[in-house]
Parts: sequence; structure tokens; C-alpha cells
Amino acid sequence: MSADTGMAGHIEPMVGRYVHVEIGGEPHRIYFEENGSGIPLVCLHTAGADGRQWRHLLADEEFAKNFRIIAFDMPWHGKSNPPERWTGEEYQLTTARYAETIRAFCKALQLDKPVVMGCSIGGRIVLNLAIDHAAEFRALIGLEAADFQAPWYDTAWLNRPDVHGGEVGAALVSGLIASQSPKTARDETLWAYKQGGPGVFKGDLYFYRVDGDLRGRVATIDTKVCPLYLLTGEYDFSCTPEDTKRTAASIGGASVTIMEQLGHFPMSENPRQFRRYIAPVLGEILKTSTLSRKQGVHA
Amino acid sequence: MSASQEVLLNRMTSPPNTTDPAIIQAFAKIPALLEQAPGLMARGRFLDCDCLLGPSEQPFHAAIRAGKIVDLIPAPVLMRSWRFAYRATPAAWAEYWQPMPRPGWHDLFALTKRGEAVLEGDLHLFMANLQYFKDVLALPRQHFAAAPA
Repeated sequence: MSADTGMAGHIEPMVGRYVHVEIGGEPHRIYFEENGSGIPLVCLHTAGADGRQWRHLLADEEFAKNFRIIAFDMPWHGKSNPPERWTGEEYQLTTARYAETIRAFCKALQLDKPVVMGCSIGGRIVLNLAIDHAAEFRALIGLEAADFQAPWYDTAWLNRPDVHGGEVGAALVSGLIASQSPKTARDETLWAYKQGGPGVFKGDLYFYRVDGDLRGRVATIDTKVCPLYLLTGEYDFSCTPEDTKRTAASIGGASVTIMEQLGHFPMSENPRQFRRYIAPVLGEILKTSTLSRKQGVHA
Repeated sequence: MSASQEVLLNRMTSPPNTTDPAIIQAFAKIPALLEQAPGLMARGRFLDCDCLLGPSEQPFHAAIRAGKIVDLIPAPVLMRSWRFAYRATPAAWAEYWQPMPRPGWHDLFALTKRGEAVLEGDLHLFMANLQYFKDVLALPRQHFAAAPA
């Protein structure tokens, strides 16, 4: 398991650095943390948050033996600043921009057929990667992922001067956390939302709500080219288990798991519970990858 | 089936147009429970609001001043105005107040999304103080399941 608050002087194993990445023809300085060696495993945070959501996975000694676990902050998020040319216009994440960012990051780090695991908007973009770029990846894992989900609030509330964006964003998503999740992990998950830049959460949801509707497109996903795993928490009423099951029903070979006692932020709201579900998935990817290497096939 | 589950089942099988007295009683106790939660009242210290909260058919007019519920009175009150209303079915409140609410019944917006609750009116103060309202309306959770039917 990951090391949590422990003895004074304990230093966690992940290391954070910046990589320069060109996205949309512009230089970006992207912050990422990593730990471990082996199969590259790139983790994508949820809308309006940052890579800290993955800190327990990053510190997992067992996973780190076989996976190079990497979590990066999207531009405008966490420690990845907006690009220098930005003059304050409204931030809006598009499907094209999101996919380009992930691919450019993987290319900049020269990752060899990485596994990409994303949550929420990260889960949605994983479906895009499966549709358009499957051959570039070893496996794709979508947490809280679906081709579409019905909106449950107006995102205009997230960025207006008379409502604190951090407070309202955190209060909204607090409902997506499972009742059983430990208070400390719940509070830590919400803290990232309270810290987000103005309009960034709303801008991410442009991709989710407006630009990223994949209904009717996911049937083209070929899981023989790249295995696809979908895992959704039973407490997630934003991307419901039914949304994920409906999505998977049109994708031959997609693996679906409904996770008990978890909500929309499985990796951060209850890392121990999430580990129970993600360990078998990573184990299967490792097994398939090892088998392919032995057979001389580049998996 | 546990005793609390049995109580819940009985509540849920009530006719839909009646409100279980247990729900009404639980709502009526919210101001007193809030008095015992100084941190929560402090969070609402900038909030002055008249709103309508409670069971769909028998809601309460709540007058909130500086985060304190200074008046909670069953509707209707002749010509009483309200800024916003959050009303849910008795079954929804009974589920929301379980110690460990079930998926889909555990949050105010989960209830609106599933059609068990309705949010209406001018939502500005509700959204600006969203966690306050979520926590105030969850106050009966610590007592409801244990209370006699």
C-alpha cells in the first residue's frame, strides 16, 4: 500500500519534474510526478483538479515494481501554468486539444506504448484515444467513463464573481463521493477543487458537456488493438454505472467493473478500496504484456 | 432485515401524498441541531435568506439570519415569500438521513437528478452557500434512523 502520513522524516518515493511540451504549436511547461519502472502508466486527473489525486497510486510499492507510474497536471491545473502567450481569454478544453496534450506529453517523455488511465474527463478522453489512436497504447483504462452522461447542474455557476468558484465546485462534487469514503480522503479530494484557477473547472467541462459527446462513436473501438477497461463507482451519479454499462455494451471485448463503496474519485476518495479493483486490471495488463514480449510480439 | 430497514420500508410504502410524521419531526429539529453545530453556523455567517425546505407536500418556511435558522414554520403561510425552494419526497429524506445513505440517495443533487427532489426559484444564495445547505439538511442523519417510528 501507499505510505500515508507516517513517521517524521519519511520521504515518499515519487519525484516531480517539469517537461517542456509543444501543444498547439506553443511551448508548455508540464509538471509531472513519477515513480517505478517498467510499463509506462500515465494517469489523467479529473476536471478542475490535478495530479495529486494519484498520489496513493504513485506511492504504491507493489505497482511501482512493474509500472512506471506517471501523473501530470494538465495546463492551467496544479503546477502546470497556462502557456506564456495566454492573455486571460476564457479557458475551454476541447476534445482535439485534450487528445493532443496527452499524446504530446507521452511523446515528450518518449514513452513506449503507455497505458493511459483517466478519470471522469480523463475517462472520457480515454474513449477518444481508443477510437482514434488505439495502436499507440498498450491498454486504456477509463474510470467513471461513458460516451455521454446527462448534466445535473448548470456549469455557469462555476465561474461568476458573486459565487466562490472553489467553494461551489467542491460543494457540487462532494456529492459524488461515496458515503463510506474516509473523511480525510474526502477532504483532500475536495481541497484540489477549492484550489483550482478561476474558470478552469468550467472550461474542462466544456469538453465533457459540449464537445465530447461520443454517443454513436464508441462502437468503432477495437479492443483487439488495445484492451479497454472501464471501472465506475456505484456512488457516481454523474457518470452512473448505467452510463458506463451502456457505453460498454456497444464495445466488443470491453471490460466493465462496477466498484462498490466508491464514487467519482476512486483513486483519491478511498485509495484502499480502489486498489482492490485496480490491482487485478494492472495485473492482467502486466501478464498480457509479459506474454507478448516472450512471444516476440510488441504488445 | 434490520429494524431500521423495516422502519424505512414502512415509510416508503406510505401513500405518496402523505408525509410521515417522523420526517416532519426530524425537520422541525433542524434549527436546534444547527445550534449545536457552531462550525456550520459560522460557515453561514454571511447568509441571510428566506427559503422553502422540506417534504414536497408539507415544506417549511425557513428564515436564516447569519447562518442561524431563526424561524422554521410549516407552509403555507399567507403571502410569505421565499428565495428558493428545495423539496424532496418523504422517501428521499428518509433515505438521505440514513447513517450510510445508499447510492443515488446520498446527495441533494443525486435526489434532483433521480426526480425525487425539486430545486426552484432564485438559486444564487443556495449555490453560494451550497455546502452549508447540504450539511444543514443532513443534520438529522445522526438521529433519524435511531428514532422510533
